[in-house]
Amino acid sequence: MPSRPDTARSWPRALVGRTTIVPVNEPVLLVIVVATALAFDFTNGFHDTGNAMATSIATRALKPKQAVLLSASLNMVGAFLSLTVAATIATGIVDSGVVTLEVVLAGLAGGIVWNLLTWLLGIPSSSSHALVGGVVGAALAAAGSAGVLWDGLISKVLLPALIAPIVAILVASVGTALVTRLTKDVPQESNDKMFRWGQIGSASLVSLAHGTNDAQKSMGIILLALIAAGAVPSDSSVPFWVIVSCALAMALGTYTGGWRVIRTLGKGLVELESRQGMAAETSSAAVILLSSHFGYSLSTTHVATGSILGSGVGMRGAKVRWGVAGRMFSAWLITVPAAGAVGALFYGIDTFVGGDVGSYVVFGLLLISAAVFYVLSRREPVGHHNVNHEWEPGEQADEIVAEAVEAHDVELIAEGTGAGAGGKRDQA
Amino acid sequence: MSEYIEWSALGQVVLFGLIVGAGLPALFAVGVRALAGTGARDEDGHVRGSRAAVAIACFAVIIAAIVGAIVYIAAGGH
Repeated sequence: MPSRPDTARSWPRALVGRTTIVPVNEPVLLVIVVATALAFDFTNGFHDTGNAMATSIATRALKPKQAVLLSASLNMVGAFLSLTVAATIATGIVDSGVVTLEVVLAGLAGGIVWNLLTWLLGIPSSSSHALVGGVVGAALAAAGSAGVLWDGLISKVLLPALIAPIVAILVASVGTALVTRLTKDVPQESNDKMFRWGQIGSASLVSLAHGTNDAQKSMGIILLALIAAGAVPSDSSVPFWVIVSCALAMALGTYTGGWRVIRTLGKGLVELESRQGMAAETSSAAVILLSSHFGYSLSTTHVATGSILGSGVGMRGAKVRWGVAGRMFSAWLITVPAAGAVGALFYGIDTFVGGDVGSYVVFGLLLISAAVFYVLSRREPVGHHNVNHEWEPGEQADEIVAEAVEAHDVELIAEGTGAGAGGKRDQA
Repeated sequence: MSEYIEWSALGQVVLFGLIVGAGLPALFAVGVRALAGTGARDEDGHVRGSRAAVAIACFAVIIAAIVGAIVYIAAGGH
């Protein structure tokens, strides 16, 4: 395991100066790729805050601002804990021979656009799948179907997207059922007080694991770009400035808080109380860490969402809005093709315009689309002030209301759209 | 399908996921119940010694698991 900070040396100057010290073949392109990778890292933190913190915010274990600050700090710490970073992108999914800087740039751009679109719609969607999708699309545009390892795509990306929520629903529902049975004669007040601590602890672990896993991906991409451009030798470990900037970008994104996604996860799926939140976050932490340990990586987003659903399934009398969940599942199924289409488009534009100018154009288009998404989001802003407001009937695909599997309330099902009625206990 | 899904890895994730991901919350619940459930306090309002011991044991296992998880993350085992 190579230690990293020793090799930090002075690459920043080489990059910032972009001239002498190290011969960089495509300096402008390299700078653009690094900037885009950091932007992706930002959207990653931004988009995935909810995975760790949505339940703590919804149950009021933490104030919204406190929660994102805690999550951002832990993301940052987690990023510095990354000891092994490999200079890879979509290994085993695209043919590494076709991965040029242009492909990486288009892939990142595709991932960012998909992240922003799903954020605008308030849908938690996997940032790593968005990135893989973008790169797959760009690789397809660059080298045709031979550029993509389809078996790898199916077994490492598409099927796990279906499996992850199932596993998480199972674990979290068993956990929630056990917890609620064991504590049913404990006064609600004591439950809330103590489980809030458990909830904060388990959510913190999810944040830490996320910081380590996901910041590492961006570091890997930047390292790959640096090696490809000849700015560092091919056996170089991650320069220190890369670690710092990736950690900062992700923490900043996390702190900005993807409130729209947090709202959907915390309020849209299940009306949560602390016991459920604690069971859900522990399930998330356990499944995420175990899945990477056993070499069967599952997406943090898919696991976290599944866990929250499971905490609704496992609790007697809890309501699960399967309509909202269904919307998410559909978004997950089209993440790879959709991000891929954007990635392919960007790659096409890049090569059509050609040269460094092509990459400028891609970067410019990316900035424009980000601005458009931002403007659209301001029409119905969601922020720390309203993230916990009651879920309105009709807010997103809310029409299908299902009770927990073990306690069907016929009256409520017949009522159908009476979705916003639940969770009054949460108003305080 | 079998060539696309690593069943053994998946099975281990599910098995250990249930043990850890559902077991730890259950253990936490046992601890909470010991401290705050009916009969936890004696006539003076103090938590009974036996109940406190159960709670401490539960929470100790959980804290050990959290520390273990952090060490695991830091060691790059993810």
